[in-house]
Amino acid sequence: MKADPRGVLTGTHFMDGDHACCEGALAAGARFAAGYPITPSTEVVERFAQRVPVVGGCFIQMEDELAASIALQGGVWAGAKAFTVTSGPGFSLMMEHIGYAVMTETPCVFVDVQRGGPSTGLPTLPAQADMMQARWGSHGDYEIIALVPNSPQECFDLTIQAFNFSEEFRVPVMFMMDEVVGHMTEKVVIPPADQIEVTPRKHTHKSVEDYLAYGTNGDMVPEMVHAGEGYKFHVTGLTHDERGYPNMTPKVQHKLVNRLVDKIRSAEDRICLYEEDSTDDADVVVVSYGITSRVAQRAIDMARADGLRVGKLRLITAWPFPAKKIKELATHVKAFVMPELNLGQMVRELERAAGGKAKTLLVPHAGGSVHQPEEILAAIQEAVR
Amino acid sequence: MTTLINPTPVPAPGNPVEPFLRSDRMPHIWCPGCGIGTTVNCFAQALIESKINLKTLALVSGIGCTGRVAGYVKLDSFHTTHGRAIPFATGMKMANPNLNVVVYSGDGDLSAIGGNHLIHAARRNVDLKVICVNNLIYAMTGGQTAPTTPGHATTSTSPYGTFEPAFNLPHLVEAAGAVYVARWTTFHVKQLARSIAEAFNKKGFSFIEVISPCPTLYQRRNKLGDGLDTMKYYKEKSKTKHGCPTSELGLTLSGEIIVGKFVDRDRPDYGSLLKAQMHESLGDKYVDYDEEQGYACGEDGGCEEDSCH
Repeated sequence: MKADPRGVLTGTHFMDGDHACCEGALAAGARFAAGYPITPSTEVVERFAQRVPVVGGCFIQMEDELAASIALQGGVWAGAKAFTVTSGPGFSLMMEHIGYAVMTETPCVFVDVQRGGPSTGLPTLPAQADMMQARWGSHGDYEIIALVPNSPQECFDLTIQAFNFSEEFRVPVMFMMDEVVGHMTEKVVIPPADQIEVTPRKHTHKSVEDYLAYGTNGDMVPEMVHAGEGYKFHVTGLTHDERGYPNMTPKVQHKLVNRLVDKIRSAEDRICLYEEDSTDDADVVVVSYGITSRVAQRAIDMARADGLRVGKLRLITAWPFPAKKIKELATHVKAFVMPELNLGQMVRELERAAGGKAKTLLVPHAGGSVHQPEEILAAIQEAVR
Repeated sequence: MTTLINPTPVPAPGNPVEPFLRSDRMPHIWCPGCGIGTTVNCFAQALIESKINLKTLALVSGIGCTGRVAGYVKLDSFHTTHGRAIPFATGMKMANPNLNVVVYSGDGDLSAIGGNHLIHAARRNVDLKVICVNNLIYAMTGGQTAPTTPGHATTSTSPYGTFEPAFNLPHLVEAAGAVYVARWTTFHVKQLARSIAEAFNKKGFSFIEVISPCPTLYQRRNKLGDGLDTMKYYKEKSKTKHGCPTSELGLTLSGEIIVGKFVDRDRPDYGSLLKAQMHESLGDKYVDYDEEQGYACGEDGGCEEDSCH
């Protein structure tokens, strides 16, 4: 369906990534957010608190991130599209409720504007060090979707995509920004509402008698209902059967967890978004994501000016990892170079996917600033050797 | 006197609370002599008594023995994470203020791991009805010390006796801002049902503490007898003192239990405050979100007109 025009601030703006993320959420139909202040993410909910009362929704500042990350899910089950916003330390506190959203198939978006860690780390400076936490931070076995924007424009566009994925697959979507992207101000074009595709909630058409809260019809994503509609349904974080009733047997666990994982894995081709350039005849492909991809672009340009055959693969979807694409590239490139604002997280996935067919070089950085293009260029030069 | 009205026809001679329960989930997990089932019976009686619309009633539980209540009631019911029933319920109430939201959980869940949420929801005066079954112990995990365990009680993690001072929950929530505070034991079934029904008619944060036995872990370990002995204790040692200052409601291992309604006051609830503030600051620009429900479904969302909104 098309976006509700009331939430869409159509026009050409000069805004930072945090504000653009908020506008993306409003355009996607988010009408409820619960948050807790944390640098460098707070501007997202500050803007939401200002904007949403005139759009038709509400915001609450909760007492902590544990509360924020579950209040938003209460909002979803009451009928709203909802999200929360945080940074590293708060993201750590939200892990349990990412698991709850996975298990209960609650569509929602967690925005993490990454800063340096561990612990309080670098509150005002960038990192990309929560990438593995986004994937594996909650206990148990599961799949989520994570998107990584590299500009304020993408903070707008991909926030809508994050909501759309969350509704389509009934899965929490991690929106992995970083401090630089969050605070960088650039041109953001917001199209008219009738040009914005918004995925509606997968609400059932079934009658109360025929409805099963976690029944599936072949596509692995069950249909949803909301509190107050008369279905008298049950939702639990315990292992549950198709009725949503607790059933703690290996058989039910097997069926449920496999479906939760397979509903994402089977759609990887559609979920894995990336930007690819000059990889056909490349000796080296620079694989990057988020703010680092913009520094990488400079390094790629410098290398090409030197006559090196360098391709680019920018991950827009970090999770699920586009392993198929890497496997395919690994058959004809010498090496991959991956700069990250961490000491090696996504590069492990890259290595795994490359399967020894092409070597992988990490350009690590502990965070606090972005890379210098020369560091990445040096790695490219080493890789072609 | 109350009139019993069954919302749905029950084949005679069915139990009047049956329509409120998921009979396909029986038998329940609670031990013989446990008081939680009794509180559910009282809750169901209160639903009958108050003639509340069951369609718009949602029940939210945390984790623990009492947390399992959500699984047994035939309502929109949510079994959430440990300690987080209140913030989940807060989110529900905010996104759809037309819902009546009940939080039904235990003392450990609500006052230890969820203690921060308890006081903040009371401070905000979120329109939630909180039923706190207080068995003075962590029962589901095997009888460990809770913030409510009275001094000298023996628990699995206080094998030499508890020495931490305990929370007096009515005192805590009154101080934090609750508009309705009552306490009963599972012996006081009529009073408890009446209190729950009364709380349904109250706008704002209502808190009903129900002192309840855990014969398996608390009474047995402290040589306080079985379930029946506990009922006798509740009968003999309970004193009804409506309006009693909540500071006097601390519990001891085998002493007096003061029960009654202690707080019944009015102050604007969170939703009313929010709307008043927005109207004041934004005037006509404010879009009252009550009328915006069901947006997530879209125009072709499948919700029927009267159900989604």
